[in-house]
Amino acid sequence: MTGSAEKQQSSSNRLSQTGVEVRISHLGKRFGSRSVLDDVNLDILPGEFVAIVGHSGCGKSTLLRLISGLDIPSHGHIELEGRFVTGQVAEARMMFQDTRLLPWRRVLDNVGIGRHGNWKPAAMEALEQVGLGARARDWPAVLSGGQRQRVALARALVSHPKLLLLDEPLGALDALTRLDMQRLIEEVWRRQGFTAILVTHDVGEAVALADRVVVLERGVVPVVRRIERPRPRIRGDACLSEIEGEILSRLLERT
Amino acid sequence: MSQQLRSLTRTALPWTVPVGMLLLWQAASHYQWLSSRIVPTPVDVFRAGVRTAASGELLRHIGVSTARAAAGFLLGGSIGFVFGLLNGVSDTAARLLNSTFQMVRNVPHLALIPLFILWFGIDERVKVYLVALGVFFPIYLNTYHGARTVDAGLIEMGRVYGLSRAGLFRHVIFPGALPSILVGVRFALGITWLTLVVAETIAASSGIGYMTMNAREFLQTDVVVLGILIYALLGKVADSATRWLEKRCLAWHPAFVVPGAETS
Repeated sequence: MTGSAEKQQSSSNRLSQTGVEVRISHLGKRFGSRSVLDDVNLDILPGEFVAIVGHSGCGKSTLLRLISGLDIPSHGHIELEGRFVTGQVAEARMMFQDTRLLPWRRVLDNVGIGRHGNWKPAAMEALEQVGLGARARDWPAVLSGGQRQRVALARALVSHPKLLLLDEPLGALDALTRLDMQRLIEEVWRRQGFTAILVTHDVGEAVALADRVVVLERGVVPVVRRIERPRPRIRGDACLSEIEGEILSRLLERT
Repeated sequence: MSQQLRSLTRTALPWTVPVGMLLLWQAASHYQWLSSRIVPTPVDVFRAGVRTAASGELLRHIGVSTARAAAGFLLGGSIGFVFGLLNGVSDTAARLLNSTFQMVRNVPHLALIPLFILWFGIDERVKVYLVALGVFFPIYLNTYHGARTVDAGLIEMGRVYGLSRAGLFRHVIFPGALPSILVGVRFALGITWLTLVVAETIAASSGIGYMTMNAREFLQTDVVVLGILIYALLGKVADSATRWLEKRCLAWHPAFVVPGAETS
């Protein structure tokens, strides 16, 4: 236990850490007779930031659950660094739209959930990274929505995941808090170098954050749009707006 | 000044009705509106308390009753708790056991007194088992319900964040079920004293219930009323203990952090 804690300590000193490579081939998922995903193929590079957009019910959240090992594919498979995903993926962490903090644990204990050994310093460091070091002793109930989502981000970061899965984590936040969180997520992603997969229905958010935007439609991947704009990206950048418009019109014309 | 007066009135207000009734009672007995054979005066009851306390009899009976209540509560409560959790987390166990428990629940446990006396005579086991049986159901039902209704999203989060089965239980399922379990504890405490009153008046040779029944034989109405009041007091103490437990265990709960919300 102490050995692994030490290893984490030393890895936290490194500035960047390579994320995992994700290969998705012929992936399909059906619930009963309803097919949600059908033959999805997608390769994600180590350390890449990919956003998945699409209409609600297009299977984007299901795809994320399959990658995390929470659900089992009906056919096809997912490889992380060449290993097939068969169950819970230890090096992946997920952020949910409804933060899912434990209301009966204080903020710091929420950040350290599932950690072993001497986890408190690392949890405190993660909490400070998201700017909430002063709230460590508070109950989640007294925090604002944005602060709770920051705690959830700290909880995801404390284990230095190689893959961060974001399931519309900013969907419930107000516009300004959302921009704040986007900047924070981009910042930690650049610093830690994990692979990030963001599911969102906000095309602007996808374009601002991602290296590639994947448009998921009827369970397949018809469009992958690469975005090569320097970071940090400026909101309202003409080029980004153009891409956003392009993706939006694509999403709208199919309905 | 007026602020102080107002807060004093606020504290005193809930006491005016009980104190008024006590005075009325004393007056009614004093002026012979009520015969002392029907109801003793509050002063008589107080004297009876002092008398029995001085002889050591009162404390002995209270001790015996409390020990029975505690033993029965712990026995029935722990069995109910274990089965509630088991059925709460395991579908197979719930399928196997839950409907049986729900059926047996409809048997009033006090109806089993004759059978219990046949089996165990009037020794300690009758009282302890009866209390245990009465306590089992509220604890079982509320634990089961609590464990079943823990937010599935939190359990999923626990799995993603690498919690083991034991960790999932300790950090998610048990604390999530705790508010409901504590509701069960409060119900169970009420049933504990109720069961004990009945069992001790029917089948006992010690305890508050026995003391009360014994006094009835000698028309000592003051001791009878004293016994009733002591049952009420013990019940109140147990209830306050649960409230204290709730305050401590549920400090995270928005419904429990409001200061001064507790007035009842």
